[in-house]
Amino acid sequence: MENEEIRLMKGNEALAEAAIQAKCDAYFGYPITPQSEVLEYLSLQMPKRGGIVLQAESEVAAINMIYGAAGAGGRVMTTSSSPGISLMQEGISYIASAQLPCLLVNVNRGGPGLGTIQPSQGDYFQATKGGGHGDYHLIVLAPASVQEMADFVFLGFELADKYRNPVMILSDGAIGQMMEKVKFPKRDVQKISKPWATTGKTEHRQRNIITSLFIQPEKMEKVNIQLVEKYKKVTENEIRYEEIQTKDAEYLLVAYGLSARISHKTLQLARAKGLKVGLLRPITLYPYPYEAINKIADHLKGILTVELNAGQMVEDVRLGVNGKVPVQYYGRMGGIIPGPDEILENLESFISKVK
Amino acid sequence: MKEETIINKDISEENITAQQECIEDEWEVVYERPYTLIDTHMHYCPGCAHSVIHKLISEVIQEMDIQDKVVGVAPVGCAVFAYDYLDFDMQEAAHGRATAVATGIKRILPYRYVFTYQGDGDLAAIGTAETIHTMNRGENILIVFVNNAVYGMTSGQMAPTTLPGMKTTTSPYGRDVHTMGYPLKMANLVSQLPGAFYVTRQAVNTPLNVRKAKKALQNAFKYQQLAKGTCFVEFVGNCPSNWKMTPIEANEFVAKEMIKEFPLGDLKVPSSEDLKFLEVEEGVV
Repeated sequence: MENEEIRLMKGNEALAEAAIQAKCDAYFGYPITPQSEVLEYLSLQMPKRGGIVLQAESEVAAINMIYGAAGAGGRVMTTSSSPGISLMQEGISYIASAQLPCLLVNVNRGGPGLGTIQPSQGDYFQATKGGGHGDYHLIVLAPASVQEMADFVFLGFELADKYRNPVMILSDGAIGQMMEKVKFPKRDVQKISKPWATTGKTEHRQRNIITSLFIQPEKMEKVNIQLVEKYKKVTENEIRYEEIQTKDAEYLLVAYGLSARISHKTLQLARAKGLKVGLLRPITLYPYPYEAINKIADHLKGILTVELNAGQMVEDVRLGVNGKVPVQYYGRMGGIIPGPDEILENLESFISKVK
Repeated sequence: MKEETIINKDISEENITAQQECIEDEWEVVYERPYTLIDTHMHYCPGCAHSVIHKLISEVIQEMDIQDKVVGVAPVGCAVFAYDYLDFDMQEAAHGRATAVATGIKRILPYRYVFTYQGDGDLAAIGTAETIHTMNRGENILIVFVNNAVYGMTSGQMAPTTLPGMKTTTSPYGRDVHTMGYPLKMANLVSQLPGAFYVTRQAVNTPLNVRKAKKALQNAFKYQQLAKGTCFVEFVGNCPSNWKMTPIEANEFVAKEMIKEFPLGDLKVPSSEDLKFLEVEEGVV
């Protein structure tokens, strides 16, 4: 079909290709496994197809280049993996406070510390609860396929501009590295004007200032309130999740990203055994689908969250469920990925306990 | 020199008020605040070099008529509120990251004049890596570096540029170079980088030095039209409050001690070949 290109790509490459197609003006990044393909792909493609790519001297420099470029009105992106994202946190807090739209990508690897280069979901708290200092939220999107690595770039830029808020794609080493078929439909990418950007003060307007410094408490609180109101709007409008076979489910798996893919297979195995299992996959991790989970919980006997961490999202699931049914977590850490049968075994043991 | 004569004549009169009333019709404007400098109270201490350097930047921008083409970056430090005084589009950077922020701005807006304004803690301590790498890439920006050998905003701690033996709140027995290191000479350091186009060290402690400093800033802004590399203008500043001196004593200290450690003058200048295409009268930007 002429209106659609189909390619076989790594998740990281699909994300990079999508950034070019989404008319990303500039990319600033620093190499770190397992996401260096993004910088490599863009270094090869951007000079030929328009757009700026710059390998910064550190993640600290990269995120501050993002601040400057976003403040100058550009559509900008950076990518990194866990330790690099930690280094960026100060800058991300500034960006959230100065309300600069940009796209951040964390291809999550195992930690804490230098950790491992294998996939992990250990940065869930960091991504969804702020990450840096102060009261703020990113809009967090969790892709579960190479296709979504591409699609969420378009969505991410759109949401960032719409709310003047940084958006994070929280992926992991497996989604970033694996190859899959990915479709690129022809898109009509629109960019909005940014009259607040620092492009040079003309005589027709006051000077534009990009800052996160509000030294008078009254002014700082006003900014805080403005942010809270924005997050409320985001929560009202942007919650996204996928439900699979939840209608008749007695037991629910809740998982995002890579864990959701594996859990989907577990669901199929469980259904084959006659167990009425459903799956809820949060697509936005912030804002989180608390209400959707609460509603489904009415006809459930129990919920098992599956995560590649020590049990982080389970806290949000418990908040959503609000004590209606038992909620338990199962997961592996340190870059270990559980198979569908391993999850099924733990699901069955959970079911036998709550029955 | 006509301007000076008039000023001297005015203030030499004993009864200035009476004199003003008599000659009001004959008044001649000898100095005006540049329109690029906002008419407001500054938070800088009396005698601080920052206010003079702000004024010089404002004058240069006004004279070049490029207010609509300038984007500035303020640091963390005493100049953190620079955007409250300079009537340009500006961004406030995280501590030390001004040149990274400026890099982002310049890459998106290559035809704007982009400058950073940073102190010694910002540029030479926490932001040393960004400073060196920005200049090593030859980012086509101007870095204005104000070195007063002390952390002013946090009230007087030791800076990377604090003089040997100099007392600060965190070197109360004087800076011991054996345990606290030596004054970091940033202009000398960055002048070695191929990406540096123009590197100079100036001061504003005397009227003559103010004039020289203004010329350096004019050159540095104009050179940005050439897109040939980074310009770096260091100012040997002062800090009457934290040096615990009067403004006059502070400027004397600049002349006697600071300039001895940080000699004034150009460290790297463009060749005449480099400047061949410079349009001095009207900016090509």
